[in-house]
Amino acid sequence: MKIVVCLKEVAGRDTRYRIAGDGRWIEESDVSYEINECDEYALEEALKLKEAHGGEVTVLTLGQSRADKSMRKGLAMGADRGIQVVDDEGKASSPHGVAAALAAALEEEQFDLLLAGTQSDDYSYAQTGVILAEMLGLPHATIVMEVDADPAASTLKALREMESGWFQWVQMPLPAVLTIQAGISKVRYPSLKGIMQAKRKEIRQVPLETLSVDWETVPRLEVRRLFFPEIESKAEMLEGDAEAVAAALVEKLTKEARVL
Amino acid sequence: MSEPIYVLIDHGQGQIRSASWEALRMGQRIAAETGGALHALLLGQGARGVAEQVAGKACASVIYCDSGRLAEYDPDAYAAALRQVLEADRPRLLLMAHVYQNIDLAPKLAAGMNTALVTDCIGFRSQDGELTFVRQMFRNKLDAEVAIHSPHPWIVTMQSGAYSADDLEEGQATVHERPVSLDGVEQRRRQLEAIEGMKGSVDLSKAGVIVGVGRGIKKEENLEMIRELARVLGAEIGASRPVVDNDWLERERQIGSSGQNVSPRLYVACGISGAIQHIVGMKGSQCIVAINTDPNAPIFNVARYGIVGDIFEVVPALIKKLKERA
Ligand SMILES: Cc1cc2nc3c(=O)[nH]c(=O)nc-3n(C[C@H](O)[C@H](O)[C@H](O)COP(=O)(O)OP(=O)(O)OC[C@H]3O[C@@H](n4cnc5c(N)ncnc54)[C@H](O)[C@@H]3O)c2cc1C
Ligand SMILES: Nc1ncnc2c1ncn2[C@@H]1O[C@H](COP(=O)(O)O)[C@@H](O)[C@H]1O
Repeated sequence: MKIVVCLKEVAGRDTRYRIAGDGRWIEESDVSYEINECDEYALEEALKLKEAHGGEVTVLTLGQSRADKSMRKGLAMGADRGIQVVDDEGKASSPHGVAAALAAALEEEQFDLLLAGTQSDDYSYAQTGVILAEMLGLPHATIVMEVDADPAASTLKALREMESGWFQWVQMPLPAVLTIQAGISKVRYPSLKGIMQAKRKEIRQVPLETLSVDWETVPRLEVRRLFFPEIESKAEMLEGDAEAVAAALVEKLTKEARVL
Repeated sequence: MSEPIYVLIDHGQGQIRSASWEALRMGQRIAAETGGALHALLLGQGARGVAEQVAGKACASVIYCDSGRLAEYDPDAYAAALRQVLEADRPRLLLMAHVYQNIDLAPKLAAGMNTALVTDCIGFRSQDGELTFVRQMFRNKLDAEVAIHSPHPWIVTMQSGAYSADDLEEGQATVHERPVSLDGVEQRRRQLEAIEGMKGSVDLSKAGVIVGVGRGIKKEENLEMIRELARVLGAEIGASRPVVDNDWLERERQIGSSGQNVSPRLYVACGISGAIQHIVGMKGSQCIVAINTDPNAPIFNVARYGIVGDIFEVVPALIKKLKERA
């Protein structure tokens, strides 16, 4: 199976967000970047499918030049090669734009399965993968927690997560697009050997300007203002050192809330 | 006069989903502030009965599409039906609930029609004739106001709970069937069986006390402290999704929109930020205690008692105090 995995690089999980001076984005100067959480799960799933069925895994990203760090990690985990669309100006930052650019970058590629994450940890739009599927004319399934592929029969079953702990199996022909949900399986760490090998693997860099996208007609979302949500807390805050707050809490829970 | 606003109403087993009532409420609000008639739109087989349930709410009309191809959800058929209606009627907005089915459907529709989609919105702003939407970004930690540059209809999905169905204005709407032609639409994706994934040895819905643990615990080994706290409290352990995704605890212990719904008498949230997907599963608890190092963590919004502090200091102190008391 030939599998393409969308990897987005985002500000890391432990980022203490601060708002940038223009009030429209986060202050990036002291941020460290990592692979978007569910994209890492998508890559893990692709690697498992390759182990089971043979084939090739290609990682695909669009972002600033620095995103090659995440590409290298993907290659170290076991992907065979990378395609990096370089967009240093952030021109393609809306879902339609990203999907249009990724679709254009895939024009020369052949694949059976394309995996994206359910949602990005920065914009959290939860739409890029499905838009990409529609642009490529492929069937899709979202929020997938298990994949059962049958490349010989050119078909695939996917287990979609639903509300309240329910799941739904769906079946579709290949090629197809799935958006993978965090938790689908346990993500591997890159091995030392993997890290060494990754250095020699190919990353094809594609400048955004070289792609045939008619930017005038691409719908665009603009983040006008980014801000901390108002805290509407009615909580009674307990203060003091650990000993003191623990004592106060036990007292409150017993005498005031009467839940102990 | 502004172009109309449409709201897609989701339903199952003859019941309208509560999140769709909320989306309708948002539609009423936007229509009141910015003008334009509000129409409800339903897809299904034999959808008239459900459509009539909406007719008692304030909107201009309720439109339904009735077809065997719409009996169960299929993205190709659903997107094709919606597209036929939207291209004929040209509303400026299509609102819907941000539920799993629409997460699957809305981007497909938006791509097919080449119009913008703004997902998981918690509010809107109307200023100087421009409509913008407010939504969460960056792991639910920041809010953003988003402006749209796109032809109509803009598609907007609403976060559950952002508006209250109790505020819906009553009215009397006419109900119309809208014929759609789906014969040419190939069904590529087939629905197979549905399974309940949370069945296991633990049933948190009956627990009187729950200690909830989040990513703040950092590693699996650190869970021992949480187990000890649960023991002295006579509590079950619940978790946020990442803890379960990392395989540190069983899937049945996940609390939230894709996990269990719990309403114990006491819920102690340790190192949980309070993302909406978690909150919906535990906000019915009688008394919520939150322990978190970040004073801005949204978990404090639902807590009765809050402690801004490090769980690695507060939890051991709490265990000690509870033991002394016993
Ligand atoms: C479709 C979908 C479905 C989802 N369903 C669910 C669901 O059912 N349930 C669910 O929980 N999530 C769900 N999520 C994920 C959800 O969006 C959040 O990502 C998740 O709830 C965050 O978990 P957390 O609070 O443990 O982690 P984080 O958001 O990373 O928060 C960790 C918290 O720990 C605090 N902390 C760190 N160190 C310490 C310390 N030493 N002492 C005290 N505090 C500390 C931090 O300040 C932070 O607030 C879903 C997401 C999607 C997209
Ligand atoms: N710039 C990007 N490069 C590669 N993949 C992306 C990019 N943006 C989004 N994606 C993919 O689309 C998914 C959903 O993103 P979003 O629609 O922003 O929530 C992500 O999890 C990625 O897999």
